[in-house]
Amino acid sequence: MIVVENVHKSFGEHHVLKGVSTIFDKGKTNLIIGQSGSGKTVFLKCLLGLFEPDEGQICYNGQYYSELSNAERRNLRQEMGMVFQGSALFDSMTVEGNVMFPLDMFTNQSKSEMQDRVDFVLKRVNLIDAHKKFPAEISGGMQKRVAIARAIVMNPKYLFCDEPNSGLDPKTAILIDNLIHEITQEYDITTVINTHDMNSVMEIGEKIIFLKNGYKEWEGTNKEIFKTDNQAVTDFVYSSELFKKVRQMYIEERN
Amino acid sequence: MKVKCSTIFLFLSPQVQSKLMKYLEAIGKYFIMIWEVFKKPTKWPIMRSLILKEIDDLIFGSMGIIIFISFFIGGVVTIQTALNLNNPFLPKSLIGFATRQSVILEFAPTFTSIIMAGKVGSYITSSIGTMRVTEQIDALEVMGVNSLNYLVFPKIIATMIYPFAVAVSMFVGILGGWVAAVFGGYAPSGEFIKGLQMDFDAFHVTYAFVKSIVFAFIIATVPSFYGYYMKGGALEVGKASTTSFVWTSVVIIICNYVLTQMLLG
Repeated sequence: MIVVENVHKSFGEHHVLKGVSTIFDKGKTNLIIGQSGSGKTVFLKCLLGLFEPDEGQICYNGQYYSELSNAERRNLRQEMGMVFQGSALFDSMTVEGNVMFPLDMFTNQSKSEMQDRVDFVLKRVNLIDAHKKFPAEISGGMQKRVAIARAIVMNPKYLFCDEPNSGLDPKTAILIDNLIHEITQEYDITTVINTHDMNSVMEIGEKIIFLKNGYKEWEGTNKEIFKTDNQAVTDFVYSSELFKKVRQMYIEERN
Repeated sequence: MKVKCSTIFLFLSPQVQSKLMKYLEAIGKYFIMIWEVFKKPTKWPIMRSLILKEIDDLIFGSMGIIIFISFFIGGVVTIQTALNLNNPFLPKSLIGFATRQSVILEFAPTFTSIIMAGKVGSYITSSIGTMRVTEQIDALEVMGVNSLNYLVFPKIIATMIYPFAVAVSMFVGILGGWVAAVFGGYAPSGEFIKGLQMDFDAFHVTYAFVKSIVFAFIIATVPSFYGYYMKGGALEVGKASTTSFVWTSVVIIICNYVLTQMLLG
């Protein structure tokens, strides 16, 4: 579980996060949504420890990040997995090398143990024949799956994803969403996803946080988002005609 | 009258002040980067393979161009020296002597380093810069890896064998000079070799190697600095490579002057 308490973050004169507080539960898929420039990426980077909040605290399973020593922070980071927007796979390594990298770096496992673990996670993300391929030789969807495999190979307690289905076709995007959701439940991970994708919001948003101009404007579940009267949320989520129709159908069904 | 530096600074125009501050900030950031490179080392078995890969990429991968350029530079130095020594009372052995001195003192360590700043430096900046743009460096940091140690330290260690490349450059440069002298008809082989052995001071080779170690450190770290701290996209990677080459060359030239004054002056 991650508890965020009144987090503020500024860059020079620009106040990006203005007192964001929330709780991300364990075993749930938590989504951060909001328009571009609303502070989502900065918030995610604060959660990852890449940015330190100017004010406020972030608590990971009872450990306040600001109170940890450098060594403890490094240990905490090894409990985190991250899926970047562009996958951020190492070009010079094969798929297998990318997934094995954290094991090689931080564990004292034998080659065969590492190989078994790599085979297991690659199978889990449905990548069986891509072990020896380089990132440039596989599709965007496959790259995302490799990034997920690399993120979960160390059995993380926290999984962070920055727009995991951006640039993917709708079918692959749903596959990726479902994969993250299944992994979250299967391994009881605290997952936080930064997304613009409304399909993800509807499908896997067990908890949704809506950021607007650095403030937390709304929070709730994918069920509650249908019922909310918050104008900013409805303007953002139902900006497309398709989603307007979906909401209309939902309201009609309910009445 | 004693004038404080800070007082001079106040008399500068705001634009010059801000530019100066930018340079000072960059210099400070560079030294902080160097400090970070040596903190929290990567596991030795991984580091060993990274160092070997960098030796292959940075040193052995550059040997072809170093040999090619050194051979012809040696030849050109010999021809120009021969053409300027038209006094019949001057012995032909002076051509060998001048070639040896030029190649060992300047051409092999400094000229080769400028070439390496272009070839190896732009490779380092663009490879690290691309990793920055594609969030690969962020991925390393998120995993808890000291990305500066992982990326820059192997390059520093690999370039420490750069004096080997300089030694090869010296040999090939002098060989080029001998070929030009003998086959161009400027000096007989015996006279040229006699000149090569004339008043030989072994310290000059030490001086060249000391310089090449310093230049190797510059070639590994300045381009890494420009790649690591770059912001933007693909276009900025290209710009960073150019800037890195310019500044690496400038730093090499300044260090060359300082080291020459310190060691030979």
